[in-house]
Amino acid sequence: MKVVLQNLTKKFSGRGKKNAGEVTAVNDFTVEIPDGELVGLLGPSGCGKSTALNLISGLLKPTAGRIFFGEDDITDLPPEKRGVGLVFQNYALYPHLTVKQNILFPLQNLKGKNRPSKTAMLEKAAEAAKLVQIDGLMDRKPGELSGGQQQRVAIARALVKMPGVLLLDEPLSNLDARLRLQTREEIRRIQRETGITTIFVTHDQEEAMSISDRIVVMKEGVVQQIGRPQAVYDDPANLFVARFLGTPPINVFAGQCRGGRLYLGQDAVLRVPGIADQEVYVGVRPEGFVLCETGALSCEFGSVEVMGRDISVVSRHSASLNPTVRAIISAENRVDPAGGTVRFSLKPQKVFLFGKDTEERICGEITES
Amino acid sequence: MRKRWRDSGFKGWLYLLPAILFLGVFMVYPLIDVFVYSFEEGYNSASQMHFGIGVYNYAYVLHDPYFLQAVRNTFLLVVITVPLSTGIALLISVGLHSIRPLRKLFQTVYFLPYVTNTLAVGLVFMILFKKTAYSDGLINLLITWFGGSSVDFIDGPYWAKMFVLCLYTIWVVMPFKILILTSALASVNEQLYQAARVDGTSAFRIFGRITLPMISPMIFYLIITGFIGAFKAYSDVVALFGTDLNAAEMNTIVGYVYDMLYGDSGGYPSYASAAAILLFAIVLTITCINLLVSKRRVHY
Repeated sequence: MKVVLQNLTKKFSGRGKKNAGEVTAVNDFTVEIPDGELVGLLGPSGCGKSTALNLISGLLKPTAGRIFFGEDDITDLPPEKRGVGLVFQNYALYPHLTVKQNILFPLQNLKGKNRPSKTAMLEKAAEAAKLVQIDGLMDRKPGELSGGQQQRVAIARALVKMPGVLLLDEPLSNLDARLRLQTREEIRRIQRETGITTIFVTHDQEEAMSISDRIVVMKEGVVQQIGRPQAVYDDPANLFVARFLGTPPINVFAGQCRGGRLYLGQDAVLRVPGIADQEVYVGVRPEGFVLCETGALSCEFGSVEVMGRDISVVSRHSASLNPTVRAIISAENRVDPAGGTVRFSLKPQKVFLFGKDTEERICGEITES
Repeated sequence: MRKRWRDSGFKGWLYLLPAILFLGVFMVYPLIDVFVYSFEEGYNSASQMHFGIGVYNYAYVLHDPYFLQAVRNTFLLVVITVPLSTGIALLISVGLHSIRPLRKLFQTVYFLPYVTNTLAVGLVFMILFKKTAYSDGLINLLITWFGGSSVDFIDGPYWAKMFVLCLYTIWVVMPFKILILTSALASVNEQLYQAARVDGTSAFRIFGRITLPMISPMIFYLIITGFIGAFKAYSDVVALFGTDLNAAEMNTIVGYVYDMLYGDSGGYPSYASAAAILLFAIVLTITCINLLVSKRRVHY
């Protein structure tokens, strides 16, 4: 089912005397999510992504704006009439019910002609359990399951009533690193198999990038950028998005555009023929560095970290806003810090310019010097 | 050598010593003593003598109409007040939990009886219900106003007295139950309710399938302590009906024990001991049944 948010806004009134002011958790959020896509709502803590999810689920009422599922305006419908499946961050499984009873619970709520027969319910529950591969655990209680298994039960419970939209609130944050990798692929697989439009919230950009069809980057309630993960990574709209995506994070320098050249400190690194003279922030992806003896960027060598396939060269530069400059280069290169300096040339497509005041992207041709 | 000392948990016993001493002197020893007394026939506390060992004391107590009356009263009190007070407390707690404005105020109001002296409360109940030569009491005023005929709740028919006693007991034990249940309700994870709402669960089903099971341990705790408390009822009865409870037909088992020791018919520690042991046996049995049931019904 297609999900459309139109100018969605949620304000929380302040409480008490100390913080009496209003807080705008979600500000003018507009997005159109095509049917069957997996969308990641991404942002740091407190950016309003969970609030946005709760608005879609109906647990919160928006201050302004409309929500559409398909062609239907469901803004004023209570949660139970929206047909959404919601998976909570800590799963919210009913601890006194077995896995089977937990999965059956949403079906048993159905009334009248919508209510399936008992055998049909059991069949559906078994089907959902099979989909998330917990069919062997049906008679256990949630307390007897591992975190990953509980997570699957929660997804099965959300899926069993065949919701039009599946919502996942930080679905992986309670799992350990290995399980997280495995489960995110699971979520991707389940979403593909069911074809249910899925929106999930995460603060982990890697998680969002790896499984989403589309990501929505948020900051302080305001949507920063919406797009395919690779497109957002390759073409960030502003400094915040550039910084938020990518591990290791992007290197940011204070730079200047002067006479068609881009300067980092004293080093004229690239040509920027179409850009007016100004102070800029320069973002350089770690993979945008090329080790080169004649390179324009000269850094004070720090250390080399071996990561197997790649090596990471840690160095310092006077114009860098990060404490260190981190460059990732192929392990075939040999780093030879003659006199304590390393020299890089930069790949133009991995370099982004942002306005000093607005922090918005400055578009223009960037070429090698 | 020192190590073995530590291993034997010597320190732990040392910490427990004060409690063990006091419990031993004032609880364990008297318990055993009561048990012994209850089998000593014709014991005289002045001469510290008895005629023989046997079950005569039990036979006497079990044939004493006053004791049977006391048992009947106590059982009625237990059977009526424990389910009613727990049920009403649950309703009030759920109500308190679901309102937002004035919740604190209502919580305080409902908790007030707990910090009020039982004798004072008994006095107020007496004023409300008692019929004297000069006035009918407030409740009777209401009854006659609605067209009924006045009843003397304090010195009148048995059912009226039992009604007042039950009402009074429920009113007195309720605050504690409300306190426990509201905190139990507050400790249920809010997300469980949200999950249920998203899945379209009716309020009735949420209460039955989520709220009740989640707070069931606390409910059973209240039922067990409620049973024990009601079986031990005494001071409430005195507050309402005075000290001559046998005459008022309102005696309880504890009241009977007290009367046998110190009352007008007092001076019979053997009978008192036998009655006390019988009460102990009843409470123990009921508590065991409760625990067995709760094991099957209480979740986790």
